Amino acid sequence: MNILNILDEIEKVDGEIYERLSPRRSAMRDFFNVGKKISMAAVPLALGGLFKKAYGQTNPASVNEVLGFALALEYLEWNYYNHALTLANSTYIPDGPARQAITTIRNHERAHVDLLKGALGITGSDQYVYADFDFTAGGTFADVDTNYQTFLKVATAFEDTGVRAYKGQAPILKGMPVLTTALQIHSVEARHAAHLRQMVAANVTGASGLKPWIAYTANGNDTGVSAADAVYAGEQNTTQAGVQITGINGTAVTQSQATESFDEFLTGSDVKKIANLFIKTGKKLA
Amino acid sequence: MTMKNNELETKSELQDESLFKGSLGRRSFLQYAGASAAGIALVAAGCRKDRGVENVMTGATLDFKNEIGVLNYAYALEQLEAAFYVKVASAPPSSFTTAQKAYFQDIQFHEIAHREFFKNVLSTAAIGSLEVDFSSIDFTSASSVLGAAMTFEDLGVAAYNGAGVRITTDAYLVAAGKIVSVEARHAAYIRDIISNGTFADLSSLSALGADNSKGLDGALTPDKVLAAAGKYIKTKINAINL
Repeated sequence: MNILNILDEIEKVDGEIYERLSPRRSAMRDFFNVGKKISMAAVPLALGGLFKKAYGQTNPASVNEVLGFALALEYLEWNYYNHALTLANSTYIPDGPARQAITTIRNHERAHVDLLKGALGITGSDQYVYADFDFTAGGTFADVDTNYQTFLKVATAFEDTGVRAYKGQAPILKGMPVLTTALQIHSVEARHAAHLRQMVAANVTGASGLKPWIAYTANGNDTGVSAADAVYAGEQNTTQAGVQITGINGTAVTQSQATESFDEFLTGSDVKKIANLFIKTGKKLA
Repeated sequence: MTMKNNELETKSELQDESLFKGSLGRRSFLQYAGASAAGIALVAAGCRKDRGVENVMTGATLDFKNEIGVLNYAYALEQLEAAFYVKVASAPPSSFTTAQKAYFQDIQFHEIAHREFFKNVLSTAAIGSLEVDFSSIDFTSASSVLGAAMTFEDLGVAAYNGAGVRITTDAYLVAAGKIVSVEARHAAYIRDIISNGTFADLSSLSALGADNSKGLDGALTPDKVLAAAGKYIKTKINAINL
């Protein structure tokens, strides 16, 4: 259970937290009192409420923008997997480990949706439903609902995009407790991506060499799915914070290992362009 | 020794106990660690038996008063991981497949890349080389190696997730983010070898701060990470100003 940690962190890292909180100390005290009584299952809701009370009106708009942006991506992922799991398993996601893995991932995305809705104080129905998405991306992935290989390719692109998206937003959340939560989501997306890449390697024609990590190619895209080039743009980078990683300090680190050892970020606007390919007109991200 | 250090020693001892005996739940540990100063002083008096001041002074100090301490913390963990994988890659367990040997080579060089990255970034502020202790790992046994690898990767993810909030420079925060997702990829890969489908078994990571019901991975503060990693590190690491 993380809550005590998070509160610890608030105290340690946010120098202004008590100034920000002072009119709201009662919110913290109420939370602690409630915490003694509620069941563990109710904690996420209570936590969301705490963030809302503690940061409420003083929450910088940019933080809410980040959380809202993350929420949109989680809606996309959740609806994708949730819909796929309703399709016939005889020709699509097979029973057994594959279906279990996609179910695990689907459930995490739902948990992320609920967590982010709570953090933003959103109650009631989801702002995005399945009908708001076009997972064929205007016909690019026309057989996404019938071809298991296409399903896996798109899923991998979504997870690798998610990993890059959270990374790109981190500086906006710097030093805030909500950064920790974002990082905890981020690394789960990376675990999903690694597993999906293994599923692609095992099931997609011609992709048996795909690694759990993103290997070097000239344009950054190691998946062989050219329609996903934008997802991997820049992944070929081997220079980090001004340090060249290939052969660093006389080691045998190859160009591909240098690329693999650091995942790259994507800017918010680049992520939105990718996400909007799958979102119908009228609901696209601005 | 200052009071601050005594407190850290106390937390480490308690964490050791909860980890190895399973006698304390995480929540009760946190409550206990957060107990009154008087309580801490009482416990501290009883747990300095084998952690002399001499060791502290001759080990590495991670001073978390600023970002240098955080980067050195990451450097220490990457040293540990790299040393482990160098040993594995040099003589993999005989039951490893060709593909597994190749991927463990990759992971070895990923960790070397991380280690050297922090060394260069820290320059003259870098701590020295850590002495590791892998006596608890049987490097001829796939299950022993995979179990240790899983521990290192899951703990590494929780360490970066918990320390990110202490980073003050955008470039280093982003770099840490770039690294932690690769550690998570490693963790997922290794977990799937051990048991396919456990790539993100968050319910098994609750001791590291993960929460399956919220879809959250682990996140631990440095004192807890260092306590958990302690059995693999001979060099005494002294964390201050946490």
